[in-house]
Amino acid sequence: MKLKSLLAGSIVSLTLVSGAHAAGEVNVYSYRQQELIQPMIDAFSARHDIDVNVIFAKKGMLEKLMSEGANSPADVLFTVDIGRLSDLKNAGLTQPVGSAALDQNIPSQMRDADSHWFGLTSRARIIVASRDRVEKGAITSYEELADSRFEGLICTRSGKHPYMVALTASMISVHGEAEAEKWLAGVRDNLARKPQSNDRGQVKAIKEGECDIAIINHYYLALMLANPEQKPAADSIYVVFPNQKDRGTHMNISGMAMARHAPNRDNALKLMEFLASDAAQQMYAELNGEYPVKSGIPLSKDVRQWGDFKRDSLDLGDVARHRAEASKMADRVNYDG
Amino acid sequence: MERIRVRLHYGADVWQLSVAVAAVVAALPVITILGLSFSPAENIWPHLIETALPRYVGNTLILVVGVGAAVFLTGVTTAYLVTTFEFPLRRQLEFLLLLPFAFPSYVIAYLYTDLLEFSGPVQGLLRHLFGWELARDYWFPEIRSMGGAILLMGLVLYPYVYLMARASFLEQSPHYRDACRLMGRSHFRTFLFVSLPVARPAVAIGVALALMETVNDIGTVEFFSIQTLSVGLFDVWLNMNNLGGAAQISMVTLTFILILIGVEYSGRRKARFYQSSGRFIPTERVALAGGFKWGASLLCLLPVLFGFLVPMVVLVGNSVAYFDQSWTPAFRSYAANSLFVSLTVAICCTVLAVVISYTKRLHRGNVPLALSRLVSMGYAVPGSVLAVGIVVSLGWIDNSLDGFFRDRFGFSTGLLLSGSAFSIILAYVIRFMAISIGNVDSSFSKVSTSIDMASRTLGYAPFKTLRLYHLPLIKGGALTAVLIVFVDCMKELPATLLLRPFNFETLATHIYQAASDEQIERAALGALFIVLAGLIPVILISRTISSSRQLFQRSG
Repeated sequence: MKLKSLLAGSIVSLTLVSGAHAAGEVNVYSYRQQELIQPMIDAFSARHDIDVNVIFAKKGMLEKLMSEGANSPADVLFTVDIGRLSDLKNAGLTQPVGSAALDQNIPSQMRDADSHWFGLTSRARIIVASRDRVEKGAITSYEELADSRFEGLICTRSGKHPYMVALTASMISVHGEAEAEKWLAGVRDNLARKPQSNDRGQVKAIKEGECDIAIINHYYLALMLANPEQKPAADSIYVVFPNQKDRGTHMNISGMAMARHAPNRDNALKLMEFLASDAAQQMYAELNGEYPVKSGIPLSKDVRQWGDFKRDSLDLGDVARHRAEASKMADRVNYDG
Repeated sequence: MERIRVRLHYGADVWQLSVAVAAVVAALPVITILGLSFSPAENIWPHLIETALPRYVGNTLILVVGVGAAVFLTGVTTAYLVTTFEFPLRRQLEFLLLLPFAFPSYVIAYLYTDLLEFSGPVQGLLRHLFGWELARDYWFPEIRSMGGAILLMGLVLYPYVYLMARASFLEQSPHYRDACRLMGRSHFRTFLFVSLPVARPAVAIGVALALMETVNDIGTVEFFSIQTLSVGLFDVWLNMNNLGGAAQISMVTLTFILILIGVEYSGRRKARFYQSSGRFIPTERVALAGGFKWGASLLCLLPVLFGFLVPMVVLVGNSVAYFDQSWTPAFRSYAANSLFVSLTVAICCTVLAVVISYTKRLHRGNVPLALSRLVSMGYAVPGSVLAVGIVVSLGWIDNSLDGFFRDRFGFSTGLLLSGSAFSIILAYVIRFMAISIGNVDSSFSKVSTSIDMASRTLGYAPFKTLRLYHLPLIKGGALTAVLIVFVDCMKELPATLLLRPFNFETLATHIYQAASDEQIERAALGALFIVLAGLIPVILISRTISSSRQLFQRSG
């Protein structure tokens, strides 16, 4: 008897979970963490009275889209790095979007030439160094990270992490494979500890004296400054925008694309245009400390303090193409070993 | 006479048919992965063999041997102590020893890292006491290391072995032990030569389950930056964009696991031990004296202390501190989702396992055995990879069905199975069948076949035999299966992330979300809930398992 009612109950809840298609909705598949996009999604829902349904996952999203095929409910796809965006496009899972608003708000180097994907924010891969132990100006470029002066002083996360892989890929674009591999091996020789933890963890390690220099994405520092518990660690370092005398600092983007078979095309377009609008771009800057892609949006206070800097204008498609090679390179030099 | 034979025959066919259906469904994702492995984006092996493969394999082996030894020693020793001897706090410890199981290994990894890293309270205190300032001023063991991973994974995985070994020691007829003791053997020799061999099938399954989880773990090893094969698998899949290559790695791991299980199985296949069908004689626990009795208490207390009490204190502390932010209506719906899915799956898995094990008993041939192996394969591949297998096969079924209805009837059925709670339930059942089958099998293996023969002589059909005689005897093992599967479902992460419907969160995904935002403190309440939800069945079932022997005695 108990079993029967349980089964009946489960059937009811199954239909409840899988049913319900309201008129005003848009479905999002996101590689990006919930917390970093939820405020913008809420703002959009409130403004347009459209429900936004979201699935967050990092592993297998592409395969999921592919196997759902023409019946996929996905409308808009969010990612955190250029590699994923180009993977989605190459797998034929996106569609071109012609929108004057998007083209106007997003500079051309921040979007796909065929209008398949659009950058929303950009982030700088910066060098941070200990205020107490590293003299200002002692390090000014990525190349110097491999300099034997810094032996045993550098911390990074895994050489296999997408952010590190993208940086290595950009080194391959600039210097060629052989030079880039020498560089990566040089950085490995300078590591203070086995690569581990995340970007915030590297800053903490400097504060704790495990190392003096680290590579991180800039907005993590902004988030740490805003967090009372993490602020002391963030205060113990200073920011270096690398390669200001030559090509500029390596940048990556977070972005979006419209799914190939988007069932709610109109709402999807509304969401995409909203995210590139002043209101949402300002939220990205203010809440996440990211660099908005739209020009003229004020930066958050902390990020503004670090000042203007020269950005590497390298084609992001180039970085994406060298990604597999960069990942293999990390194996060859045993970066994480 | 004729009627009986016909009915028996008919009944048997239904049994075999259900097993065959279950096997096909369960094998679908694994077969899909096998299929994917034939079309890699490029051949990854030359690169891997030249570079990272030796490292991956070496680290995986060290981890497997380390965790294997840890769970075997801890699980068997504590299970034997609490079932055989009487010592202070024995009754409490017998129950407490189960509890570390409720901790997801990724949670315990986060908690211990917080405690033991440089900025944690332990090192902070040491610095304060000795006046050190920087990390380079002193040496402290690094928790994010192979040793740390072995210890922490051992701490949360030993209960697999403890549960199975304890159920087995309890179900063992005391006759064997008594005979051995009567011949003047020591307790230790009795344990080594009688109790342990009889418990071997159960212990082997417990160790195998723990090791499969170890080999396929990604959360803990990634967090501790240990390069195992599964780290390599995800690297090939996500960084080199080569799903086929990743599928090949998971097939290699799967083969390795199957070989291990095969070796163990053939090692003991000649040895069969049955529970005598006669009256049970209540086992008297031997009272330990002096130092031994406190030694036994201490030995059983250690895993409880480090696997449960310490992390629990941290968790409760954080839960209280962040209660207002954590206890929201959304949180309550995550908890409801977790409970509903886990309970459904635990029951489905156990019922299926009873059917499958019983069919193996009815038909001693190779086919049911092979089918039950097939059903158990889902546990031998990493959760995310299995999830991809399920996504691909469900997508294929949905789209084929949709195409058929479009062609024939001109309307679309859309995605029926993909992206519904059903796909999560299916994924969990496929993933955790190995656990329920393992538990139920080992209980069935101790029921003497003379019971079946006697029942048939009485003219009872297989189902009636099962209901009247087997079910009461295997109740302990079946309930253990419900418990383990339930707790494992509460903790399951990778398949849930990928397969869940829109806006569907479980406690595990909620914790994961908070952890990836680096705000693990906010997830403390969620983790505490998983642990507490795990405790309820632990309490209920551990009572039933202990009392099941007395039940046999009364009804026997």
